[in-house]
Amino acid sequence: MQQLLDGILEGLRLLFTGDAVLWEIIYLSGRISGIALVISAVLGIPFGAFLGLARFRGRRLVQAIVYTGMGLPPVVVGLAVYLLLSRSGILGHLNWSWIPQLFTVPAMIVAQVIIATPLVVGYTMAAVSEVNPDLRIQVRSLGATPLQITLAVLCEARLGIIVALVGGLGSIISEVGAVMMVGGNIEGSTRVLTTAIMLETRRGNLDLAIGLGMVLLLLAFLINFGVTQLQGKGN
Amino acid sequence: MAKIYDLQNVKRVYESRTVVDIDTLEIEDGEILAIVGPSGAGKSTLLRLLNFLEYADSGLIRYKGQEVNAQLPLDFRRQVTTVFQRPALLQGSVEENVVYGLRLRGKKNGKGEVLEVITRMGLEKLRRARARTLSGGEAQRVALARAVVVRPAVLLLDEPTANLDPYNISLIEEVVREINRVQKTTIVLVTHNVFQAKRMAHRIALMLSGKIVELSRTQDFFDHPRDPRTRAFANGEMIY
Repeated sequence: MQQLLDGILEGLRLLFTGDAVLWEIIYLSGRISGIALVISAVLGIPFGAFLGLARFRGRRLVQAIVYTGMGLPPVVVGLAVYLLLSRSGILGHLNWSWIPQLFTVPAMIVAQVIIATPLVVGYTMAAVSEVNPDLRIQVRSLGATPLQITLAVLCEARLGIIVALVGGLGSIISEVGAVMMVGGNIEGSTRVLTTAIMLETRRGNLDLAIGLGMVLLLLAFLINFGVTQLQGKGN
Repeated sequence: MAKIYDLQNVKRVYESRTVVDIDTLEIEDGEILAIVGPSGAGKSTLLRLLNFLEYADSGLIRYKGQEVNAQLPLDFRRQVTTVFQRPALLQGSVEENVVYGLRLRGKKNGKGEVLEVITRMGLEKLRRARARTLSGGEAQRVALARAVVVRPAVLLLDEPTANLDPYNISLIEEVVREINRVQKTTIVLVTHNVFQAKRMAHRIALMLSGKIVELSRTQDFFDHPRDPRTRAFANGEMIY
């Protein structure tokens, strides 16, 4: 109990005294997950909207693949990206400049995009599917083009889409398996909150580990609080 | 009067069931045409065909001389709009709903028109109210305002006053008659209510099992029906 209290106090001290190492880790975590989320949103929202609105042969199969992707274990994603990007991997051996190298920030972003995108697609699809189908016909009757109909539906489903983004962010900012495998937890370069917590725990620096854990929890709380506020406004 | 729609041998089939089977139907520019008939007669499907929301499986529909198909230009599509029985309103305020059709058309200076229509529909006090909190009658008035503000050449009404109270029915009917008279908007009104058809329409068509049984001027429809089924329907008897 005392250790936990000490950890919390230490965490607060590090946070509010502007500890450079801690803030660097927070900044890097936010940057990696933020960029990964933006890419996932750009890929996932249009695709999720398409799956929610369009009817085509094989749609159920694609949906099943998306749902499977939503439950991808991060460590498996990490392994897959590792195998792809390693020197002897399918992409790594090509040695093209635009292909990210292992143990770099871009490799971590690739892994997080793979984890977050199916979540964004799946939640967006569900949100769009729940929009009253009569509304699409009504909007079309008012003279909307297919793009305008899609935008109207997305606008109606905006709260669900925000939840999709939060779900995606929550999954990547708190995962450890993939970033550890492809990032390597290199100090000052690829060390993020989750890998730092793991390292400090192993080192026996439980105070710092608890402090980092508190920061992670605080971030999760702030994000979710923001969402509930938005939902309150939406209702 | 010139004809605005011309339908020839139009069939619409859902899973081997023919829901619309019209040999010929001409709708005149500027008229109020009521389409009456029992549930399942194909009235709403006919409206969807007239609004280009779906297409005939065979036959020909012409709108202002232009063949109706998936390639119909957007300018033509935007001349026709429908008010449905169940108004589907967007999230946001009454005003945001009413302005929506103008926004789709890229019109940014429609504030005056929007306020005018909102006032005409008796919605001025609800202007900033959330559309989803309105009663059925208020919501239907918003739906009608949203359709009217874009000044359509053709306004299609699918049971617009079903389940509404007398005040809302009276207001909606009055506004519809007014835009027909002032703006020369062609109105196609689908209704179960034969008395509403009598109050509103210049001509009435009776639809049964996807076919137009009789189409005549309103007075003739009631006073000199040609078909015994028309007489039965006009007398309020059930026809199935």
